[in-house]
Amino acid sequence: MDYVLAFLVGGTICAIGQLLMDLTPLTPAHVLVLFVCSGAILSGLGIYEKIVELGGAGATIPLPGFGHTLTSGVIQEIEAKGFWGIFSGVLENASVGVVAAVVVGLFISLLFNPKG
Amino acid sequence: MGKLTREQEVYKRWANARKPKPPLLRNVLAAFLVGGLICTLGQAVLNYFISLGMNAKEAGGPTAAVMILLGALLTGLGVYDRIGRFAGAGSVIPITGFANSIVAPALEFKREGYVMGVGARMFNIAGPVLVYGMTTAWLVGLFYWLIHK
Repeated sequence: MDYVLAFLVGGTICAIGQLLMDLTPLTPAHVLVLFVCSGAILSGLGIYEKIVELGGAGATIPLPGFGHTLTSGVIQEIEAKGFWGIFSGVLENASVGVVAAVVVGLFISLLFNPKG
Repeated sequence: MGKLTREQEVYKRWANARKPKPPLLRNVLAAFLVGGLICTLGQAVLNYFISLGMNAKEAGGPTAAVMILLGALLTGLGVYDRIGRFAGAGSVIPITGFANSIVAPALEFKREGYVMGVGARMFNIAGPVLVYGMTTAWLVGLFYWLIHK
């Protein structure tokens, strides 16, 4: 069942992205920025957590899930450390993804050459 | 311009019936299908890490890392861009697409060198995503602190 929900929730988020790309002048880069920011805000409002409970990876793998990871780290750190948690928390939970993207991205770019 | 002749009218009707349909429905379905499948694969990876004894929250980071590796590797092999031509947003929105947005420009600008080519171009799209995502989360945190502390 969690696979079906992941498929449906993840598919729906991507379909919304496609509608934005086809019906508005937004480029894929704009949609990615918009989705990360939306995820961060919905997370702050406590809404994204509900979508994650429903969709599992269907909510965490699309980019709004990355925004949710950013915000959840901030709130966690504010609870633990107060004011300076606003700074230390942003990459608290997201650092695995950010560091993986930079390091893996670099190695793959060094290893391969552009195709056709 | 006068009225269309009968022949022209017939042709107009014939041509209209054969105009390509706006591809919106096809694009949205392809995005839904491929995006959904990538997330289903992500769920399998997540479940694997949970089976190792992590809770769902701890397993999120490692799952993201595996999906990033997959997206980056498929981009290097030239496969991800072919998926993208079919899937549109279905391949852009998942975190594999974030990895693709880092590797694709890095490869393309490799000839400009490892610092200003690969190093700088990696962040063509990832840069704005990180700048605005981190700032939004920071602002959400600031409001949270003002309200709750």
